[in-house]
Amino acid sequence: MGMTLTEKTLAGAAGVPSVKAGEIIWVKVDRAMMDDILGPRVEIDEKMKELGAEVWDKDKVVIISDHYTPPANAKQAEIVKFTRDWAKDHGIDNYFEFAGPCHQIMVENGFALPGQTIVGTDSHTCMYGALGAFSTGIGSTEMLGVLVTGEIWLKVPETIKVQWDGVLPKGVMAKDVILKTIGKIGHAGATYKAIEFVGTTIDQMIMDERMAITNMAVESGAKNGIMAADATTEAYIKSRGIAGEYEILSSDPDAVYCETHSFVAEDLEPVVACPHEVDNVKNISEVGHVTIDQAYIGSCTGGRYHDLKMAAELLKGKKVARGVRLLVSPASKEVWDECSRDGILKTLSEAGAVILASSCGACLGLHSGALAPGEVCLSSTNRNFLGRMGSKDSQVYLASPIAVAAAAIEGRIVDPRKYL
Amino acid sequence: MSNDLIKGKVWKYGDNINTDIISPPAYMELSISEAAKYAMSPIDPDFGKAFKEGDLLVAENNFGSGSSRETAPLTLRHLGVRVIIAKSFARIFYRNAINLGILALESQEAGKISQDDVLEIDYKAGIIKNITRDERYTCTIMPDHIMTIIDAGGLVTYLKAKKKTQ
Ligand code: SF4
Repeated sequence: MGMTLTEKTLAGAAGVPSVKAGEIIWVKVDRAMMDDILGPRVEIDEKMKELGAEVWDKDKVVIISDHYTPPANAKQAEIVKFTRDWAKDHGIDNYFEFAGPCHQIMVENGFALPGQTIVGTDSHTCMYGALGAFSTGIGSTEMLGVLVTGEIWLKVPETIKVQWDGVLPKGVMAKDVILKTIGKIGHAGATYKAIEFVGTTIDQMIMDERMAITNMAVESGAKNGIMAADATTEAYIKSRGIAGEYEILSSDPDAVYCETHSFVAEDLEPVVACPHEVDNVKNISEVGHVTIDQAYIGSCTGGRYHDLKMAAELLKGKKVARGVRLLVSPASKEVWDECSRDGILKTLSEAGAVILASSCGACLGLHSGALAPGEVCLSSTNRNFLGRMGSKDSQVYLASPIAVAAAAIEGRIVDPRKYL
Repeated sequence: MSNDLIKGKVWKYGDNINTDIISPPAYMELSISEAAKYAMSPIDPDFGKAFKEGDLLVAENNFGSGSSRETAPLTLRHLGVRVIIAKSFARIFYRNAINLGILALESQEAGKISQDDVLEIDYKAGIIKNITRDERYTCTIMPDHIMTIIDAGGLVTYLKAKKKTQ
């Protein structure tokens, strides 16, 4: 019996020739990522002392202060300082801060490569599947176990195959692809499972787009989202001058999937996830009259170069509606610099956007754009839970970066295709 | 956990109680004991103030979806949550709860349980008695490798004990 891409990757990490769904295995991790909000400060520091243990392999640990940077108050500043000091005290050289959401930093710096197994203290760690890695989010106590032993037990997940074929129509983005997929599978439909994305639509996508898709696998409950690495992946790694070793794997032709969902790209329209669940997905033409107070383009889901470039193209020569704020946070300092170099930030700013630091801030309402009671936001991020971006009495809708840009022009949710 | 029988009064919630509800991001910069006061506050501001050690938390589908934040089970544990019964759990939350020594019991009959019911749970046998309604439900029995962690009181205590015996 053949193996799926996820099974093969995990077999490699477990050091065995094969594994199959349902087995409980111990795997060695290639990389362990911690952020500031859920990293060393939650349980880990204290319990490591109690155990009298040390980090198993300093080079394999990456620590990124991103949620509380730039800090909004002294408490947040204290957490960032704690994280920075902890990294230093434990000899972790791979420490980043003020540089943008952790997941973008991980891929930009070659900390996630094809065939690797990676865990992180953030649920969207599943994003690295875009490069053909097995990656998943874990809690702090579990991270403690990994830090001390370099290993973690996992149940090999069954895999759901999600197949997208065809060419996406103009005005439809990777974000629409993943929202549509989650709408179909449901927010818990992939619990304990892997999702493997295949098909010609995926094959044609650049890495920025692929990451927008795997990033949100957890929004359907999945353990991981994954795509087979290909020439596009390799070109991306090479273009970044990343030297690390990696292995390109793919599913066997006779691999077993527990479910298959097939979609036709040409049939897809821009979609929106309505409050307060990510699978509450509607075609944008069907959401009715929704006025917005804030439009947000940013995060590890919807703030990469391609996202900002597409938004800038739509906004060029136009103006953000009076009474609406368009906030833009490039997904990393590097994305910031590239967008600045290519005039994208200027275009956005001239349209009326406020360009923020690269950060998690607004995405979860910690700083730089939290919502007041009664306010409504259309956002290119990945979660629209009750209170996600600020007040529990605010509302978050999710859509593609160009749909957010179009909404900023009119002050209400509109079909972005009318501006293309 | 020494005693296999757990008895307590129910706090009941519905589907999709996600981590932004259990542990709202705005309070995550506080210490666990301070943040615990705001656990579940988006849907129930009383929970963090009035939940008593020994009370039971019961919900329906997909409890704990969303973030990997351990502040969710940590704040619940701080308030005295030792058992959560739900029709289903989100994956990361489930593991986090176990690692902190919280019993996460799946019962398809969780929908029959209401606020303030008194339950008696024999988790090793997989039986829930609803004393208020004089009903009996079943719940899944946790696999051995998980039970070992729970019995030890969580992953850290388990690791410590393991270290000692080595
Ligand atoms: S940008 Fe948002 S989703 Fe991404 S890591 Fe930061 S808080 Fe999480």
